[in-house]
Amino acid sequence: MIPVAFEYERAESAEQAKALLAEHGDEAKLLAGGHSLIPLMKYRLAAPAVIVDIGRLSDLSYIRDEGEQLHIGALTRHRDVETDALVIGQVPLLAAATSEVGDPQVRHRGTIGGSIAHGDPASDIPSALLALRATMVIDGPGGVREVASDDFFTGFLETAIGDDELLTEIRVPKVPDAGWSFQKFNRRAQDWAIVGASIVVDNGSCGVGLVNMDSRPIRAGAVEAAVNNGASAADAAAAAADGCSPSGDLNASVEYRQHLARVLTRRGLEEAGR
Amino acid sequence: MQVNIEVNGTSQSHDVEPRTLLVHYLREECDLTGTNIGCDSSSCGACTVHLNGEAVKSCTVFAVQADGQQVTTIEGLAPSDEQLHPMQQAFHECHALQCGYCTPGMVMAAVSLLDEVPDPTEREVRVGLEGNLCRCTGYHNIVKAVLEAAGGAR
Repeated sequence: MIPVAFEYERAESAEQAKALLAEHGDEAKLLAGGHSLIPLMKYRLAAPAVIVDIGRLSDLSYIRDEGEQLHIGALTRHRDVETDALVIGQVPLLAAATSEVGDPQVRHRGTIGGSIAHGDPASDIPSALLALRATMVIDGPGGVREVASDDFFTGFLETAIGDDELLTEIRVPKVPDAGWSFQKFNRRAQDWAIVGASIVVDNGSCGVGLVNMDSRPIRAGAVEAAVNNGASAADAAAAAADGCSPSGDLNASVEYRQHLARVLTRRGLEEAGR
Repeated sequence: MQVNIEVNGTSQSHDVEPRTLLVHYLREECDLTGTNIGCDSSSCGACTVHLNGEAVKSCTVFAVQADGQQVTTIEGLAPSDEQLHPMQQAFHECHALQCGYCTPGMVMAAVSLLDEVPDPTEREVRVGLEGNLCRCTGYHNIVKAVLEAAGGAR
């Protein structure tokens, strides 16, 4: 499969990337590791006229300890996140979710920023960032702004990042002592989740993010509220599919996805120590 | 666009369209046809090569992304024409192939796995090769070969 022809620009800095986006407008698309974008281009579901390759902006590949948070550069590869001692120690849920993305070859190329900028409801990492109440840092002509994970995923393959903006950093609260669980149900080892759930329970405060249960990555707010009010794992998980609008496909009907959301959320809450 | 890529230790320079995938570049510009195209959708791993020493799926990398980088294909693994790489030797001895189509990708993924996890358990080998499919389902001997190669390296 061969993508539609495009003009290729390689950005040597974040500033240059922004300048190229400003120049080409919505004709341009950023290329990081390429493991969301290139498949779309090969299927010709995406046909950007201009590709701005930011894959070599090594100054956006880092994991830093910043007090209450970890700051993760948008171009940090999945492999570097899943094996990083700080992430494993301080935000083990994120390390676990990242280690479930694709397969080793995919994780050698794919980046955390590229994955979440793609805004795919079937991706693993957004569910963890929603459960953890992460914050995204977006750089654009209007300056740098922070967007809460709740406001970041706006629709199917749509995020709060503007056409002329660049996602630069993901800020994740440290939760070294929290109970957590990442649950993923799929058909084969490397597949996308049919449904998945990220659970974190910290000092009685609960976060639940769901994979593939709506047109965008979402939180299970009813489950969080039930846990915070003292409900058992089984009682809280019964509300996991409330308010969700999953789609049906070859792998699973709507009803089966709703069932999976309840089962995986219950298992996750139990594993997280609820 | 002119790309300069070090392929199997040799500098290669070619004028390619930006949309050229690395696997097509290797097979058609460099005449290195050991790297196979299987699913062409980053699922099967038949096209696995090393980019700067790490296993990647060359159907999901543009050649322009590898500009200035180092690529190793199955042809570049053996130290000489007379001697196989230890992983190739282990595949040979354990009969870790049936039709052989997945083999180049399996070997490249397995070498990359042992670089990261030198002494894996059987479970770690199976999980570590999750990105490579063998449609003959010859997984048992493939896993045996990787464990054998790891043992030889000990």
